[in-house]
Amino acid sequence: MTDPLRKRALDVLAVAPAKALAECWEAFEPKPEHQRIRGPETGLVMVRGRAGGGGAPFNLGEATVSRASVRIGTGEVGHGYHLGRDHAKAEVIAVIDALRQRDAARVDGEIIDPLAALIAETDTTRREEAAATRVDFFTMVRGDN
Amino acid sequence: MYVAVKGGEAAIANAHRLLADRRRGDRSVPALRLDQIVEQLGLAVDRAMGEGSLYDRELAALAILQARGDLIEAIFLVRAYRTTLPRFGYSEPIDTGTMRIERRVSATFKDLPSGQMLGPTFDYTHRLLDPSIVGEDAEAPVLREADAVQALRVTDLLGRQGLMEPDGETDPHRPVGDLTREPLDFPLDRDLRLQALARGDEGFLLALGYSTQRGYGRTHPFVGEIRIGEVDVEFDITELGFAVSLGRIRVTECQMVNQFKGSAKVPPQFTRGYGLVFGQAERKAMSMSLVDRALRAKEFGEDVVAPAQDEEFVISHSDNVQATGFVEHLKLPHYVDFQAELDLIRRMRAEHDGIQEAAE
Repeated sequence: MTDPLRKRALDVLAVAPAKALAECWEAFEPKPEHQRIRGPETGLVMVRGRAGGGGAPFNLGEATVSRASVRIGTGEVGHGYHLGRDHAKAEVIAVIDALRQRDAARVDGEIIDPLAALIAETDTTRREEAAATRVDFFTMVRGDN
Repeated sequence: MYVAVKGGEAAIANAHRLLADRRRGDRSVPALRLDQIVEQLGLAVDRAMGEGSLYDRELAALAILQARGDLIEAIFLVRAYRTTLPRFGYSEPIDTGTMRIERRVSATFKDLPSGQMLGPTFDYTHRLLDPSIVGEDAEAPVLREADAVQALRVTDLLGRQGLMEPDGETDPHRPVGDLTREPLDFPLDRDLRLQALARGDEGFLLALGYSTQRGYGRTHPFVGEIRIGEVDVEFDITELGFAVSLGRIRVTECQMVNQFKGSAKVPPQFTRGYGLVFGQAERKAMSMSLVDRALRAKEFGEDVVAPAQDEEFVISHSDNVQATGFVEHLKLPHYVDFQAELDLIRRMRAEHDGIQEAAE
């Protein structure tokens, strides 16, 4: 069953630049004790596309993925996954995911929302850069008579 | 056949040390860092990722550095690296319809809903060498307020009117072929062909695509749409029981619209070729879509008359790591083979001399 808020948090954490995430996490106190259950480790995920964009799936190529699972002192288990080989980032995501099950409001307010805002800001800039290269066609009217 | 030979250990060790020296070059020139390659040679990095079939910018940059900029060698290094990692699984198919678009052009519709965006393109540059870029910082890009609406795929626009061949039914239970897991067995389904083409050599696919335009398996193509941008990669996390984003990757998609096909039951429709490649790789995506369409010849009841339509020919030769392996193995010791050839030619010459003498 999808937990949309947990999914949103994990989506934001995976997309967030490692440096911004590290800074957010650095500022967060107190940090819970945690135990590693699995990883952090790096492996591959085969990325799929669809023929024609919306047709039958095919295997496009692989991507490196790092993941970690942890248990924090209060017992919650968290999972972290992200593209790339940054073990520290995977572990921090897992700890935040675990912590969020205990105190979602604080984690969302202090970590997820600011990172989501940062991502949205970067996306807006990128969109506006692309929009500036949009072609405004105008038709030359032929001067008959 | 080539034989195992002993000896040459010292020569090999010294050759590799010499390679490292030449790779580094003049020590008074600062050494390249990986972030410089990632940021400033981005399209070389994209090619190494695409044909290396592994999305990881920093690894591709390392491969390019280690290969002294030889991209096929870099691709080989990337392919070798991927065999050292475990496979966690398969992603959900990426949705290019929700792409964060950096570039989007269509040769079929001028007034496309959401517009045509040129993005960071070489098109319309004058192709004059510009010494002023050396060591200079670039100006910041111009900004313009953007549409909030997600740009639809052009093929979806035409598809609504029934003019375009649809994407096709998808059976969720049908297994998806994976050439990294099982050897190719011809004839192939389109999923395996697309996988092979996506990692295929850009130069080979470019030449084959070009050949179809010049009449060898002609399909009369138009670029319906090229779009470049970032998409989310969603992965089903078993422990959670639902899919989350692993992050984003940049891809290039090309929808090539080709001439019609109809039947007694279906009125004529445009047919399509599809290209999808890691990174910003427009030439490759376009070539892939031309070759994909050419390889669908049998599906449309077309005669297979040209190399680009011949699946076994195209897919067996599109991989530049395999091709390099077989071509370059020719430089390994073949002393025994060649000795046999020498014996043979000496015997043939002796017989030839015998015939000559008998005739005199």
